[in-house]
Amino acid sequence: MIYKHFIHLFITIVLGLALPAWASHEHGSEHDHHQPEEYDAVSTVMHHIADANEFHVWKGVHIPLPCFLYAPGHGWTILSSGKFKHGHQAVDRYVLNHGRVNRIRSEDFPMGEVHIDGIISKEVEVEKNGKKEKKEEYFALYQGKEYPLDKPSTLDGGILGGGITSFYDFSITKNVASIMLVALLLILVFTAVARGYKENDGKAPRGIQSLIEPIFMFIRDEVTRPMIGEKHYERFQPFIMTLFFFILFCNLLGLIPFFPGGANITGNLSVTLVLALMAFIVTNINGNKHYWQHIFWMPGIPAWVKVILTPVEILGVFIKPFSLMIRLFANITAGHIIILSLIGLIFLFGKNGTNVGGAALGAVIGGLFTAFMNLIELLVAFLQAFIFSILTASYIGAAVDEGHHHEHEEAH
Amino acid sequence: MFSPLFLAEFSVIKPDPGSIFWSALIFIFLYFFLGRVAFRPIQQALRKREEDIQSSLDEAKRTREEMAKLKADNEALLKLAQEERARILREAAETKEAIINEAKVKAKAEARKIVEEAKELIENQKMAAIVDVKNQVGNMAIDLTERLLRTQLKGNVEQEQLVARLMDEMKLN
Repeated sequence: MIYKHFIHLFITIVLGLALPAWASHEHGSEHDHHQPEEYDAVSTVMHHIADANEFHVWKGVHIPLPCFLYAPGHGWTILSSGKFKHGHQAVDRYVLNHGRVNRIRSEDFPMGEVHIDGIISKEVEVEKNGKKEKKEEYFALYQGKEYPLDKPSTLDGGILGGGITSFYDFSITKNVASIMLVALLLILVFTAVARGYKENDGKAPRGIQSLIEPIFMFIRDEVTRPMIGEKHYERFQPFIMTLFFFILFCNLLGLIPFFPGGANITGNLSVTLVLALMAFIVTNINGNKHYWQHIFWMPGIPAWVKVILTPVEILGVFIKPFSLMIRLFANITAGHIIILSLIGLIFLFGKNGTNVGGAALGAVIGGLFTAFMNLIELLVAFLQAFIFSILTASYIGAAVDEGHHHEHEEAH
Repeated sequence: MFSPLFLAEFSVIKPDPGSIFWSALIFIFLYFFLGRVAFRPIQQALRKREEDIQSSLDEAKRTREEMAKLKADNEALLKLAQEERARILREAAETKEAIINEAKVKAKAEARKIVEEAKELIENQKMAAIVDVKNQVGNMAIDLTERLLRTQLKGNVEQEQLVARLMDEMKLN
């Protein structure tokens, strides 16, 4: 009995000392000190899946990344994100707001390196389409005045809450740096594999070659060959292979919760948009007469059906890559949000470090579910890479198909 | 209650021109680089290996078939050779028999000839001996006659008897 009490006491002390300290430190170091610390699960999750202009490594340790910023009328500003001193310094009206570069809208603000007192968020009323709406906005504090901040331009045309603002961010962000890391890994792995084929010519595969070969052969035998067809598949194989391995490596790197992983690459619509756009371009520039005929004037059906079918087919040309883009993005982002939410249980149950028992309960529940989710995510990482490549291959296959099934129909 | 540290902004859904530019650039570079350096050579190496394996299997099958054919040929040849041997042996046996028979016939004929020659020789010798005997008898007769004639003067009857007896004696010979 005395032992049991002793163990209870010990655990309480350890958890009581360690957990709140860690939990508050995590936020205390990253965010503003003068804000009241209340755990906001949604904001935390959104911040963690978002792109950033610096690479977070450890408590308070960030790798600065190069920033290439373009503002119409001002031109290019090229600097390291370390210059922003985590939101305490403005450079040419650019500031770092929670990891992301923003721009001070007002032209009254001085150019060059200027010390600012911090960044705050406030609810403001904005007029939009004649209606007054409440909106959260960020402000930079400088000499007792509040200067509103502009986010980087996005290409959603305002539909998703973004739009063109006063500047464009072409920086090597955390995501771009991670994509570069993926590219480097792919190059290292595949040059080694290709070298293996040269060195072990006529012999059994060895080392990394025998790790990649089954995956390569699986994609060849289950994706490119059956989907594109015996005649054309070799022409498109490098494209499908690049897609598959690029997505796979990005997904897997995104699953690693610490540096150099942790970037939500394929859970970012910009990246999946590029991949889907590539699939769209490759499909449609290789579309033959037969493919276009089936889209614009489907043979073998009555004319009034054609009137309905043609718009549907034309829409399909765009919906196919659009679905590719959304599917990959949604799957990866959803997985990340679930994991981050489960981890967030620790802070929610623990009331941000004030309730140790709650935090411990959250750690147990959240930890177990996170372990389970991570396994599912691992499956999803492979599955989504496979689905993206097999669907792209099937679209390409439809575009280069010579319509032998048509002759078959006529034979009946 | 809602006092966020920062705004809950779902930023990942907004297509960012910078991210689009960099990911497109890196992806296109990867496609050309990996396609040239890795994917095409790997595919070629794999196809070459598959063709090698297939041709080796085909060749093994062909060789096996050839071996079987060769074996069948050998067996046929062996059978033929055995038949040939049997035939030769049979023929040899027949030939031997024929030779022996012929030899026997020849030997018999020779023997008969020899016997006949011997008989003839004997006859000839006998005849010669008879002739000789006759000649001697003649001589003896002449001699006897000569002697008789010398003794004729002594008596007739006794002489005639003597001559007759002598004549009989000669005939006996």
